[in-house]
Amino acid sequence: MDELVIEAGKTERHYWADLWRYRELFFFLSWRDILVRYKQTVIGVLWAVIRPVLTTVVFTIIGGRLAKLPSDGLPYPVLVFAAMLPWQFFSSSLAEASNSLITNANMISKIYFPRLVIPASSVIVSFVDFLISAVILVALMAWYHVTPGWRLALLPLFTVLAFFASFGVSLWLAALNVKYRDFRYVIPFIVQFGLYISPVMFTSGVIRDKLGATFSQFYCLNPMVGVIDGFRWAVGGQADACLETNLLVSVAITVLLLLSGVQYFRATEKNFADII
Amino acid sequence: MSDYAIKVEGLGKKYLIKHQASGRRYVALRDVLAEKAKALFSNRKSETANHKSVEEFWALQDVSFEVKSGEAVGIIGRNGAGKSTLLKVLSRITEPTKGRVRLRGRVASLLEVGTGFHPELTGRENIYLNGAILGMHRTEIRSKFDEIVAFAEVERFLDTPVKRYSSGMYMRLAFAVAAHLEPEILVVDEVLAVGDASFQKKCLGKMQDVSKGGRTVLFVSHNMGAVTTLCRSGIWLQQGRVVKTGPARQLVDEYLTVNADTRQTVVDLSTIRRHGDQGRRLQIKKIEWLSGLPLQHGEKCSLRVHFHTRAEVHEVSTGIGFSTLEGTRLLSYDTDFQAGHRPDIAAGSACYVDVNLAELPLAPGFYNLSVGCRSGDAFGLDYLPEAMQVEVIMGPKTPGYIAVPGAGVRLKGDWNWNFGPS
Repeated sequence: MDELVIEAGKTERHYWADLWRYRELFFFLSWRDILVRYKQTVIGVLWAVIRPVLTTVVFTIIGGRLAKLPSDGLPYPVLVFAAMLPWQFFSSSLAEASNSLITNANMISKIYFPRLVIPASSVIVSFVDFLISAVILVALMAWYHVTPGWRLALLPLFTVLAFFASFGVSLWLAALNVKYRDFRYVIPFIVQFGLYISPVMFTSGVIRDKLGATFSQFYCLNPMVGVIDGFRWAVGGQADACLETNLLVSVAITVLLLLSGVQYFRATEKNFADII
Repeated sequence: MSDYAIKVEGLGKKYLIKHQASGRRYVALRDVLAEKAKALFSNRKSETANHKSVEEFWALQDVSFEVKSGEAVGIIGRNGAGKSTLLKVLSRITEPTKGRVRLRGRVASLLEVGTGFHPELTGRENIYLNGAILGMHRTEIRSKFDEIVAFAEVERFLDTPVKRYSSGMYMRLAFAVAAHLEPEILVVDEVLAVGDASFQKKCLGKMQDVSKGGRTVLFVSHNMGAVTTLCRSGIWLQQGRVVKTGPARQLVDEYLTVNADTRQTVVDLSTIRRHGDQGRRLQIKKIEWLSGLPLQHGEKCSLRVHFHTRAEVHEVSTGIGFSTLEGTRLLSYDTDFQAGHRPDIAAGSACYVDVNLAELPLAPGFYNLSVGCRSGDAFGLDYLPEAMQVEVIMGPKTPGYIAVPGAGVRLKGDWNWNFGPS
């Protein structure tokens, strides 16, 4: 018979095996969150679509019409929406996941399971929204006769990158939010601020041209810069001059965020039940 | 090698209590940053100040015991003895600070029924979700689905969101899922404290089946009756340490006599387990037996209840109740019975109420006294289900035969003997 040994500081040993054992719980939690999300809101699925569409309309008017910014060979709405799609995924992941542990505090203090399951399932919920709004992108591309060609096949890769970037940051925020209760006031700010420092309304080229190379080096430390540039390129836009470097930096930062996020999460996880 | 299912060796769990943060419930980043900044400028001083404000508290200390496979063991002890902490460590919710636990077999812990239930989801959806949370596989839940539904008696409402369920239905469904778990080791905490009497009976029966089915059960309860019916042996915890282990019946008897502070006439209640608004506005501070203890059956006795208000409260009424140690309420007295007024009490004031019970009808034995107070008809200000234990002894006018355990309540009646056919 298998024997389980509980000792101070020894939980690490079973961690990844446990995570696998609790995959069904992960599935059910994601399923619950998705179900609840679309049951509670009257407009349901529409809500996932309305927000990015309206923001795209506004950004198209400001960026394309008023400021007349360059659009890398794409119609301006397609340019904005191709960025809005991963950005919306990223930002809603952060918002949902950072609160997820607090909203499930009851479960955490009553039942054992790898806590990683909770923020992970909220990222999945945002991912479902992402898939729904992806339909809008397809519709926009059809409307504006944008033919992406073979590059579209690489879109899943950029999606994976967006996924891990979201997950990495979410882990940090979720754990910090348990530890410091006033951290939740910081999160809406991060999300809002992030929208302005990511190339959603404009292209990465605009930043380099107007603000110089040094500034743009710091600018591309934001992991979403590489993701968004990748998305635009995959749907048929001109490749940004620094696409390769931006992508490499994004991948590196994402890996760093993910690894450190997992580590920090696991270090604080042990005390969640005591402090939540 | 012995055939243990649970083996606990030198287990300890330490918590740090921050006195400085006593005013706030959570650590705030703002304060941490402020502390760090202060420490930068005066690096020595604040460090020593910090150390003073943190106090170590051992919720469990050097706890060792062994539970044989297939055995049902009850854990007893007063509030704060470390029972819940022990269960939390055993179910891996929190890590021990010291020592080791060995568990043989699949463990399921039931520290609460209905964990993870979502009000928006239907009964059917919640069964699957809750099952998964308790560690059941999908196929397992599917194969037991009909049984669970039948046990909970909710067939007609399976596709209704549980937020529309009555609280009884909700509890039945929640317990039904948990009851159909088939772990080798089951860890249970106070789940029987909820629901109505018939439901509690049903739960107890189910738990008995579980322990008879050869599975190991570890059971915490304040309900001594449940502990003795369910468990063969027991572990008695006090202030985080094991006082004694032994046969459940014997241990419970000993525990009850030792813990019955039945002769202390003034009892401070500020740290006791409470319900309702938990005394946040009006707190029951202490009770005082003016007529002395132990109480005498059939005699007069008087009690004073002291209150302290933290906020202004309106239309206050209060009452006391006597229950058997197994938890069945036998007697209730309240201020509302006597058509009086319900006073409003200003914030920050202390007050007390006296009550005289003319002829105490309780038969000799040990009883639990509960005290509560409410505002208006609905709002429970403070409720102490187990404020203290009281002993009732024979009074001068008590016939000897009444002194058997379980005689209950003996009241005066208007009796008339008649001789001859009616």
